Amino acid sequence: MTSAALFPRLLTATGEPMDLMAHLRAHGRTPYRGGPGILIDAVEAAGLTGRGGAAFPTHRKLAAVAGQKGIRVVVGNGAEGEPASAKDKALLWSSPHLVLDGLQVAAEAVGARRVHLYIHRDPRLLRRLQGALAERVAHRLDRIVVGVVSAPPRFLSGEKSALVGRVQGGSALPRFAPPRISERGVRGAPTLVQNVETLAQVALIARYGAGWFRAVGTEQEPGSMLTTLWRADGSNAVRESAIGAAITDLLGLGDQPGQAVLVGGYHGAWLTLEQARQLTLSNLDLRPAGASVGAGVLAALPAGHCGLVESARVVRYLALESAGQCGPCLNGLPRIAATLSQVADHRSARTTSAAHDDLERWSGLVEGRGACHHPDGTVRFLRTALTVFAAEVGLHQERRCSATTGETFLPIPEASPGHKNDWS
Amino acid sequence: MDQRLRVNPILCSGHGLCAELLPEQITLDEWGYPLLADEPVPPSLGRLARRVVSDCPELALALVRQR
Amino acid sequence: MRPALWHASGATGVICLVLFSLVAILGILVNQQGRLPGLPRFAVTGLHRHLSLLMIVFLGVHIVTALAARHAKIPWPSAVVPFISGYQRFWVGLGAVALDLLAAVLITSLLRDRLTPFVWRGVHLMAYAAYPVAVGHTYGSHPDVQSGWLFALLLTTALAVVTAVGYRVSRRLRTVSRPHRVPHELARAARSAGG
Repeated sequence: MTSAALFPRLLTATGEPMDLMAHLRAHGRTPYRGGPGILIDAVEAAGLTGRGGAAFPTHRKLAAVAGQKGIRVVVGNGAEGEPASAKDKALLWSSPHLVLDGLQVAAEAVGARRVHLYIHRDPRLLRRLQGALAERVAHRLDRIVVGVVSAPPRFLSGEKSALVGRVQGGSALPRFAPPRISERGVRGAPTLVQNVETLAQVALIARYGAGWFRAVGTEQEPGSMLTTLWRADGSNAVRESAIGAAITDLLGLGDQPGQAVLVGGYHGAWLTLEQARQLTLSNLDLRPAGASVGAGVLAALPAGHCGLVESARVVRYLALESAGQCGPCLNGLPRIAATLSQVADHRSARTTSAAHDDLERWSGLVEGRGACHHPDGTVRFLRTALTVFAAEVGLHQERRCSATTGETFLPIPEASPGHKNDWS
Repeated sequence: MDQRLRVNPILCSGHGLCAELLPEQITLDEWGYPLLADEPVPPSLGRLARRVVSDCPELALALVRQR
Repeated sequence: MRPALWHASGATGVICLVLFSLVAILGILVNQQGRLPGLPRFAVTGLHRHLSLLMIVFLGVHIVTALAARHAKIPWPSAVVPFISGYQRFWVGLGAVALDLLAAVLITSLLRDRLTPFVWRGVHLMAYAAYPVAVGHTYGSHPDVQSGWLFALLLTTALAVVTAVGYRVSRRLRTVSRPHRVPHELARAARSAGG
């Protein structure tokens, strides 16, 4: 079996969105298994892990919720939040019925009675999804009605406690939630929160089996995943690839090298070009290098851009996206962002050794002290940036900079006027 | 059964009473927010720890059991 | 005996109201993270709590002596059920309302660490309703309080509390709300980093 025949799995071959009739021709009707629990064994055999970033074993999440008492809830998380990630949106556009099949079979597997789909506010996508849902109802595919919930276009919208808060009708703000969401989630009910790509994979496993799923990927990390690729020539795309694919192939580092690679998004980690050339898209390779696969974002920073300037833009964005609820995060992230911007401005007078001390101290003060992991992810991004761009830091200390262009590279959304008020 | 102090960072607004009452386990960062020792509360300080939980004006502290 | 009891009731009632005023001001001080000079922060909450317990004691004596002095006209249930007293139905009734509210505050405060912060705080805020009711009850209950030095005392403590409440409200109105805090902090950090 050549790898060409194994793909595409999640996206469509032509790139055209798949309507219901095409979906039924390709995959058949929703692959219900006949009762709760039956699917969980197949998912375990397949070795599927969450595709939302945390890579948690999916069968364990399903089992945890299935084992609870009372009304259970399933929420498909399509609010990726991350500006550099476009995979969930691409999946929902091109293959909504895979996601919707996945929602139904997951609901069956955990014995849920309420199902929601959580997306960023987007009128066009909403119309498409509601149309798809209406078609499914007409064809009697869905056993449980799916409620679509819209979330603000913020970084933290997809954070699981923020998601629970929003689905309950409140604001999409993280909560301090000692009980696990699998035990107490939406309105106190045991809740399964799963990324939409994970749900699509579950639907495929339900139809084609664990062996099929394992035909691509590695032994420890089987299956395919969606990646958002930002190449050094300025092109970007969402591509489905096998886990374990070489990063250099995915980003075309042979032709357009770039100077460093960001793996995992804005809570991810920078790698040097040498590291990126040797590593594959797998946690087995990436974790020892201080990175992780995350939600599949890979960005090659081209030469001629200043890595510190790009990183400072990202950290400033992350600081602005803080919910501002926890003292350490509210105080620490803005100070970190402002100081990094100073370091990134090679014309500024501020000595970078004092700045480094401040950045390190504040990083230590915000890590682990928020209600959610926003400060932790920001600190990880920051630390890897300062390591990978250490040479650039040295240049800036001499009031020089390697940048040859004033253009920016990494995607940072423009803050709209009403944005800072919009948490609902 | 170990007991540990845990703070709800959303409720905490940095009054700082806790650090005054139990400096052995709680200090304040440069912004006035509590840094909790990463160790169980020794039994000799148990009563004081319960008082700290009760006295926090925001009810942001809790004593939790951890095996 | 009965006039002495009646006088005792009046005296303890006034003392109770003065204590209530102090407790309210201390409560606002705690909320605003203020300090009393030379004292640690836990002393402010400690004082707030201990004075409130003292207030409850005086309140208890005030009620018992009033009932004992006028038991024909003020049946004991009128201490907790408003507006059923034969004597000064409205003003005594206000006292019963204040007592009911304060009882809820007291009970939830004793059970503080067993309640959620939301419930405890919600009930505790009823103290702000109990205060004006208590002031009204004090004013209307006896002509002695409506003029002279007792009136001056009542007015002074009530104004002190109103000032403290006004301060708390104005601070609250000037506090940046959560969504705005973050850009606010970032602007502030940028200014001090740039300097």
